[in-house]
Amino acid sequence: MSAAILTFALGYAQLVLSLAACVAGVRILRGPRAQDRVLALDALYIIVMLVFLVTGMQLGTMFFFEAAMIVAAMGFVSSIALAKFLFRGEVIE
Amino acid sequence: MSRILVYPLFSFLLVLLWMMLTRFSLGHFILGSAIALLAGKAAHALQPETPQFRGWRVIPRLIAIFFVDIIRSNIAVTRQILTEGWSGRKSEFIEVPLTIQSRTALSTLAIILTATPGTAWLEYVRETETLTLHIFDASEHERYLDIICNTYEPLLKELFE
Amino acid sequence: MTPLAAIPLWLALPIAFLVMLGATLTLIGAIGFLRLGNFYDRLHAPTLATSWGMGGIVLGSLLLATQVEGRIILHELVIAFAILITAPVTLMLLGRAALHRDRSEGSAQLPESLRQRRSPETAENSESDE
Repeated sequence: MSAAILTFALGYAQLVLSLAACVAGVRILRGPRAQDRVLALDALYIIVMLVFLVTGMQLGTMFFFEAAMIVAAMGFVSSIALAKFLFRGEVIE
Repeated sequence: MSRILVYPLFSFLLVLLWMMLTRFSLGHFILGSAIALLAGKAAHALQPETPQFRGWRVIPRLIAIFFVDIIRSNIAVTRQILTEGWSGRKSEFIEVPLTIQSRTALSTLAIILTATPGTAWLEYVRETETLTLHIFDASEHERYLDIICNTYEPLLKELFE
Repeated sequence: MTPLAAIPLWLALPIAFLVMLGATLTLIGAIGFLRLGNFYDRLHAPTLATSWGMGGIVLGSLLLATQVEGRIILHELVIAFAILITAPVTLMLLGRAALHRDRSEGSAQLPESLRQRRSPETAENSESDE
């Protein structure tokens, strides 16, 4: 019984999170300006990290947790770098 | 104390983090402590200003208020996103005069406000001591002004100044 | 599926609820991304994912790991703490970058009072008119 509940919940979470990742991807492609794309990329990193966590729960391994942590750290650093780039990048000054 | 252990709190948190990530054992405690001491020295070279904690007692209250506020605004923002288009919601830029001065207090306030759905910290101008916020729902203008000036600011002032 | 079958029902229900809540909130945040009209509105959408979207999944994972391993596992709290601290920093920087760019372009999205004032970044290399 509990295995069925958990399998359903984790499968649902994976489906919904992949959908969310697709939606964020659409915004990366469409986003009219650079800051929209960077914001969507930051959200995509977080969503992918959550997918990793859920997959790790489903398979019962610790490896996905480590991967999730690396994704979180990389996402933070890259978003900061891109945001800093937006300050000085292509703006006419 | 101050020569070896430059930032006691920072080093303690690093040891705690190390042991949470590995295991709570003596070996990891020693290894984590060595790393924390080195990291404390490295951080000292970067940041000369030490944050001062004055009133420890307000921390549980601050966390509780933050927690409740996050739950409340999660519900509000979820509803507004789902009814977007026919709810007549308007966002707004607001300016809030701040009285807190210390960097640590300001950055804590920034993290609290940005982590809460519905408010986004845009800019703080030190000369005029005003903060520019973007709020998701303009009809909650008064409530945000009230919660920043009358709840968060006194708490942070007691904690850091 | 063997590790999942060993979970008692009273724990499986809250785990399932928390994980589904987190995933749904993240999706709503992402939908907000698509539907909201301008950048400053969209700045609020990821905070749904970084507050309770992340919180729900992390708490569910924490409960599951603690039950499966038989001892208290706090790894997930490290991730939760890291996201809670780092996500606002990113959003704040992005907000300031967008404000800076809109200002230097004289964008119509900004109200009059914001368009005039100079941020410290621009004040260094342009003559102030205040």
